[in-house]
Amino acid sequence: MGAFDVAIVGGGLVGTAVAYGLARQGARIAVLDEGDVAFRASRGNFGLVWVQSKGLGMPEYAAWTKASSDAWAGLRDALRDETGIDTAFARPGGFHVCLTDGEMERRREQNKRLHNQPDMVPYEVRFLDRKDALDLLPGLGPEVVGVSYCPLDGHANPLKLLRALHAALARRGAAYRSNTPVQRIERSGDAFALTTPAGTILSGKLILAAGLGNARLAPMVGMTAPVRPQRGQILVTERVAPFLKHPLVTVRQTDEGSVMIGDSLEEAGFDDRVGHAVVAMMADRAVKTFPALRGVRVVRTWGALRVMTPDGFPIYQQSAEHPGAFLVTCHSGVTLAAGHALNLAPHVAAGCLPDAAFAAFSARRFDVRAAA
Amino acid sequence: MFARLPDLKERAVVRLTVDGRAIEARAGESVAAALLLSGVLVVRTTPVSGAPRGPFCMMGVCFDCLVSIDGEPNRQACMVTVRDGMQVERMQGARKVDP
Repeated sequence: MGAFDVAIVGGGLVGTAVAYGLARQGARIAVLDEGDVAFRASRGNFGLVWVQSKGLGMPEYAAWTKASSDAWAGLRDALRDETGIDTAFARPGGFHVCLTDGEMERRREQNKRLHNQPDMVPYEVRFLDRKDALDLLPGLGPEVVGVSYCPLDGHANPLKLLRALHAALARRGAAYRSNTPVQRIERSGDAFALTTPAGTILSGKLILAAGLGNARLAPMVGMTAPVRPQRGQILVTERVAPFLKHPLVTVRQTDEGSVMIGDSLEEAGFDDRVGHAVVAMMADRAVKTFPALRGVRVVRTWGALRVMTPDGFPIYQQSAEHPGAFLVTCHSGVTLAAGHALNLAPHVAAGCLPDAAFAAFSARRFDVRAAA
Repeated sequence: MFARLPDLKERAVVRLTVDGRAIEARAGESVAAALLLSGVLVVRTTPVSGAPRGPFCMMGVCFDCLVSIDGEPNRQACMVTVRDGMQVERMQGARKVDP
């Protein structure tokens, strides 16, 4: 096999977004995808492009998230122009619904702490009581106490995004290898040599974007990726006429009319099955939020595994031991797709993640510090 | 285009309406069969592209025969047996929800 400028391990939203950004820079790309034995978080996610509430404990993450949200319209337009696929990105502003006074109070408190952080990127979040929220979200149920609203929140169609990224890569001549798990990574002179069942692949740079698979791969190039699975479950309904313009954290109506109900969170190891107790709770909360959903049929439910770090924030890092090897992992592959393609990829192409923007994201933050 | 099997012709007549128009069926028939026999081949348009759809598999699998039955949208016409007085409506695009 020929040599590539960059090999990307992982053909999900994270890997293909970075790959697309690199292809735009003219790099010769290979995307290596494990196959359907992988956990496929990019096929199971909810599709929010979300800003509010992110970054408590790491304001750099809030800024990075907002920058991706700001860049998303550009990504949507570029992918549509190149592939004809509409990723259905819209940023009408999003809501977090509170069903009790306690929830509302905790929400306000958390928002205050988030925005009081030093160096926090400023943006608008408004708290609305039930009466004011009804103007923007007609049909809210009587149990809704209030909402938080952020005009930067939006959503997209994650399956169309994945398809568009793959299509754009193919058009730009990138090599996509499915059923090609990477078994070993070694150095071969200046290049990385990736051992796969289909032979050895040589590349000048290497990006690990293999989701939960990064835990196994990162140590091969002198890094650590402490990621664990965190299960989310999703319900999707039959298609209904448009009734909900704005995405909520727990409920959104897709561009094609189906209603998605999500935002569960469980520590269930690598078990990605659906559990009826959780699904019932999610449906109940959705019906309390919008009572009109009571008579709408659920047509599918599924579980998928988020790729979670100990603090919940992404890892972006270049290996000190093996320069040219980069680690990229996050649990928000949709929200951060524009950031990965348009903001991260140029730095990877240049071979340097500037400290000012990226030092906070290094996995070295998880190392135990030596006692003083 | 479609004809009723001879042994079904002996069965009791069941009267229903399609978009307000009266049609006759026979006891035991599915709503989808009754629609096809009365010449209704298109029972809905799809939510995304607006393409016409009609009963296809007649066994509950393809979901192409969705209609509104007595006010309940998206019922599978091939899986519901006709009843006297039943009100069937064809569907245009996605069902509504009332906020």
